[in-house]
Amino acid sequence: MASAQETALSAERQDIRNRWLLSAPALIIILLAAIGPLFIVLIYSFLAAGPYGDVEWKFSTDGWISVFLQRDIFDDTLSFADAHLAIFWRSVKLSIGTTLLTIVFGFPTAYFIATRPERTREMWLFLITIPFWTNLLIRTFAILQIIRNEGIINTLLIKAGFINQPIQILFTDTAIMIGMVYVYLPLMVLPLYASMEKLDFRLVEAGYDLYASRFAVLRRIIFPLVKPGVIAGSILVFIPSLGAYVTPSLLGGGKNMMLGNLIELQFGQGRNWPLGSAISITLMAIVMIALLAYVRNAGSSEVRHG
Amino acid sequence: MPDKNAIEVRDVSKLFGTGDAQFAALDNVSVSIRENEFFTLLGPSGCGKTTLLRLIAGFDYPTDGQILLYGQDIAPLPPFKRPVNTVFQSYALFPHMTVGQNIAFGLEMLGKPKAEIEARVAEMLKLVRMEALKDRKTSQISGGQQQRVALARALAPQPKVLLLDEPLSALDYKLRKEMQIELKRLQHETGITFIFVTHDQEEALTMSDRIAVMSAGKILQVGSPWDIYDRPAVRFVADFIGETNFLHADVVSANDGRATVRLSSGKEIPATFPSGSSPQGKVTLVVRPEHARVAAPNGTSAHVGHIENVVYLGTDTHFHVRLDDGTPFIVRQQNSRNGHNGFAKAERVGIEFGQDVAQILKD
Repeated sequence: MASAQETALSAERQDIRNRWLLSAPALIIILLAAIGPLFIVLIYSFLAAGPYGDVEWKFSTDGWISVFLQRDIFDDTLSFADAHLAIFWRSVKLSIGTTLLTIVFGFPTAYFIATRPERTREMWLFLITIPFWTNLLIRTFAILQIIRNEGIINTLLIKAGFINQPIQILFTDTAIMIGMVYVYLPLMVLPLYASMEKLDFRLVEAGYDLYASRFAVLRRIIFPLVKPGVIAGSILVFIPSLGAYVTPSLLGGGKNMMLGNLIELQFGQGRNWPLGSAISITLMAIVMIALLAYVRNAGSSEVRHG
Repeated sequence: MPDKNAIEVRDVSKLFGTGDAQFAALDNVSVSIRENEFFTLLGPSGCGKTTLLRLIAGFDYPTDGQILLYGQDIAPLPPFKRPVNTVFQSYALFPHMTVGQNIAFGLEMLGKPKAEIEARVAEMLKLVRMEALKDRKTSQISGGQQQRVALARALAPQPKVLLLDEPLSALDYKLRKEMQIELKRLQHETGITFIFVTHDQEEALTMSDRIAVMSAGKILQVGSPWDIYDRPAVRFVADFIGETNFLHADVVSANDGRATVRLSSGKEIPATFPSGSSPQGKVTLVVRPEHARVAAPNGTSAHVGHIENVVYLGTDTHFHVRLDDGTPFIVRQQNSRNGHNGFAKAERVGIEFGQDVAQILKD
């Protein structure tokens, strides 16, 4: 009896060991490609900047200090690094805006696909993924052609006589947001669709039957039930938006930087790797704080609804 | 008080699909449903009963015809503006709300004051005997309890008409029996007109004030359970509800709802026929198995044949008889405690009819 139990136990141990072995490749990749470099970045942020880039191996908090503060060239006094803070603020603002807009555009799209007959849904999903086939850079250039002063939108508006002067869209925050909404919309549509597909549309009928208008059905029944999809989509859109690089650098021009561009600047022309590393870590911290706040908020409201 | 019509369906047709795939789920249907009545739409699946219910609820719109609610055409009203509520076959309870929130939903949507909603929810919970489960999630209660919540939710806004789409089909036999009585009680207590859809003839006979039997998009007969069972108008109704014997006969005379027919045995018996029809020539007769008896063949036998099978069922015995003209005939006889009815397989027997047991079918 006891020996049978022991055999069962050792078999279980063997099983657990096998599972670890199977997951080893994934664990090694995560360790080498994600956690390792992150650790290096963390160390770099506490080192001194080398004169031509790179780092000097001595401890320094200059990198961290200059994330938020700047030293006056003449009298060495410290003041807030307004430029950095403005970029932080713009990044957060544009990312939240992008997330909200992708919900606004993505929700009806996902609803549309989820309510198609089953055999045509795959075709619609396929269409949603087509933009992924082309390089992000090319797509961003294409957007640039549409919104620049001599682009399609302005040309059409002028020809139609609505405006005399082209509207300046390119190199503004609006341009960055248009670009990011375009790029990240599929990342919102797909998880939204996944949760809407599971939605029991008889509940929608039940809502109509119980005197709920279309808007009330949307707000009280559909939205709470597809909320997991909204949360997943928001996370998938918000995180890359915050660190976006290509879109703001092409559509925002030089002066409308976002965090991604600021970091690139420090590792490139700025030759301040510790500062670049410190900003990177800060970016990560913002993402984590935002996520925690968002998930906690979303989770508790779910409890409140029942 | 004169009977008022809660719902009037006038020449309603509903076509689905296009071109060759087009079919009529409802084919020129007209029916009136009285106020405070327990009205049942009975038929096999695909007969159009659920479609008719959905047209009244407003989930679908008729291709043709009118639906009146207390004399008012409800065609232009979306479902959320119709004072009609539905109990869905799947219950369709909102999974993200508690029992209480589910019941309150319709009242909230109507913009009732909070205090009134709370009082009404409590009242509804009491009506369906679910007071203790107000704060449970709908996934934490049993199927029978979900059924009660669905009922309470639909009754809470005090609809003019309650539509029930096979609400008992997911319940097990015992619970279904309980709920049949419960539904009847609720209908009686609330005084709301119930339109109940089912494919279960026993359920329909048990609960309904009147039944409409449907097949292939048409209403074949409307009447009380007694009418439907004992005075079926057409073959489908007779066949769908209960066990039935069909006999060939010739009409000897017919007037004033009474006819005399001659059976193939040469015997003449009285028969009833549906109003509005004038039977003549060769007709089909319906005789229910419990309205006949087997006996030793003699002069009063309506038919003579031999027993092919005897099935003992506890309360009854079924005699499967082959008549001399080749028609099968089933007799159901109640058993007494002392031994059985005394006829065995292969024995020759006469079939005796009680008085007034035969109905002539229209078709």
